[in-house]
Amino acid sequence: MLQFLVRRLLQAVGVLAVMSLLVFVGVFAIGNPVDVMIDPAASEAERQAAIVALGLDQPMWRQYLTFVGNALQGDMGKSFVYNQSASELILSRLPATFELAVMAMLIAVAIGLPMGLWAGLKPGSWADRLLMTISIFMFSLPTFWVGLLLIMGFAVTLGWLPSGGRGETRELFGVPFAFLTWDGFQHLLLPAFNLALFKLALVLRMVRGGVREQMTSDYVAFARAKGVSETRIVFKHVLRNIMLPVITVMGLEFGNILAFAVVTESIYAWPGMGKLLINAITVLDRPVIVAYLMITVFIFIVINLIVDLTYTLLDPRVRTGGAK
Amino acid sequence: MSGNIPVTKPPFSQTPMGELVSDFTANPFAVLGFFGLLAVIICAIFAPYIAPQNPYDLMTLDFMDGNLPPGSTGGMGQVFMLGTDDQGRDVWSSILYGLRTSLAVGAASAFIAFGIGCIVGLIAAYAGGLTDTLIMRLVELQLSFPAILIAMILVAVLGQGTDKIILALVAVQWAYYARTIRGLALVEKGREYIEATHVLGFSHFRIVLRHLLPNCIPPLIVIVTMQVASAIALEATLSFLGIGLPLTEPSLGQQIANGYGYMQAGRYWLSIFPGVALLFTIVSLNLVGDHLRDILNPKTRRQ
Repeated sequence: MLQFLVRRLLQAVGVLAVMSLLVFVGVFAIGNPVDVMIDPAASEAERQAAIVALGLDQPMWRQYLTFVGNALQGDMGKSFVYNQSASELILSRLPATFELAVMAMLIAVAIGLPMGLWAGLKPGSWADRLLMTISIFMFSLPTFWVGLLLIMGFAVTLGWLPSGGRGETRELFGVPFAFLTWDGFQHLLLPAFNLALFKLALVLRMVRGGVREQMTSDYVAFARAKGVSETRIVFKHVLRNIMLPVITVMGLEFGNILAFAVVTESIYAWPGMGKLLINAITVLDRPVIVAYLMITVFIFIVINLIVDLTYTLLDPRVRTGGAK
Repeated sequence: MSGNIPVTKPPFSQTPMGELVSDFTANPFAVLGFFGLLAVIICAIFAPYIAPQNPYDLMTLDFMDGNLPPGSTGGMGQVFMLGTDDQGRDVWSSILYGLRTSLAVGAASAFIAFGIGCIVGLIAAYAGGLTDTLIMRLVELQLSFPAILIAMILVAVLGQGTDKIILALVAVQWAYYARTIRGLALVEKGREYIEATHVLGFSHFRIVLRHLLPNCIPPLIVIVTMQVASAIALEATLSFLGIGLPLTEPSLGQQIANGYGYMQAGRYWLSIFPGVALLFTIVSLNLVGDHLRDILNPKTRRQ
């Protein structure tokens, strides 16, 4: 187990190193940083001074080492726009994005699971066919367009929920969260539901497939023969067996939700890190872009690592590399 | 001579192709999707002939016709079925031209990605060993990050422009093809006919291109259909966020984004109709792809 852990950690560090190199090459080497980071109105002498100050006259490998060294200390430069440390800026927006992603995940499971059970227990019924067709629509609908429709419906026409912003927040352990106040919770609902739709369809399909497979298995037949009630079979035995893959996939999808939050945040003016990134891209605020990428990559690697380790704990076959 | 031999051609419905067609038409949603897709492609190709006006020729626009709701009649007596924007541009015509851009970008990137993915996947499967390991590690690394994130990174790095968007979409998608075709090719590689080609002393080039590749293609068709849909959706998303195609070639995503500003003012048609067109395209592609997958997969194929 320890050996597996160490090997997996080393792999994670390797991926992080590769990604940092790619980001560095992408942002600093392909584009000319001099043009981007220095005011075009500056005189030639000022330009030269700035190049030296930014270390851009150094050979490439030295620049990369400096970049990595600074990144390790959490220093990824100052935002041109906010004139504030880029990494601090992004980390200050992280709770908002996180809150949105967790809420979306909860909605996806809370709705997708019962729907999947329903469809899976009655294969071929009208409900099953209806839900499967709806799930194709959920996969097909671009997130941003659903977002517009939701705003049109629930915010503009019906006026039930606010159309954007985060609303009132309350601090928990010194971090502001919106879901702790009624106003903030209302602001959270629409974007979270929007973000959840795609995952909802995924959970629905996975649970449906899992239930159909499990219901024909020997242990279900055995339980039936023993006279165990159908409700107990479904909720006590079948559900438990399909939860493992669902949890794994949802764990992996969590990173995906964080990335897709960019779209939702832009539509609902939700002040998370995704919105920050889009603004940074449009005004070419490179330090913020780089910091966003590095932090996201880091979060991703951590998520993948956690999912892998959880899986190992839950399923010994993965750990030992034994028979499948 | 040959006339003496009675050749009874089997009816079309019993040929392999005929079976596929009848399997496909058995599902009404698939047929619906197919005709929807056909309509979209025809609209996109013949947009200049179908569209009542050229929305990007400023000479044909009349400010007097601006902001008309759907079904209004313009100053020249023409009817604007889906309304107009503030410059008097016919929304229906804009959608036809936008559909063209969206479809062209989506199809181009899916096919380029398909080509690159095929080559890389075949090399990995055929060469094996270290080459295979290296290529597959790269593929796995890329697939562990969501497509939208990679696309945004690339757009942030490369800058904007049609060619750069296509490049970003290709970079996002090639890995799916590479992984799939490698899996297929590994299976085919072990078959007798490939062994036979080795015995016959064919060149590697010939074996891979003439024998391995054609046998891996059919399952990939499904993936191409789905990937064109996802490329279109991704491009629309990037354009909606304002980091997609340049403003000179407004795709459906951009039209939706532009119209969004007017939504709160009640001019819903500027955003809703391009959205419906986008949705229609993507759903059609997915319906066709979903059912093609079912009928091409021997496991789920109905008896």
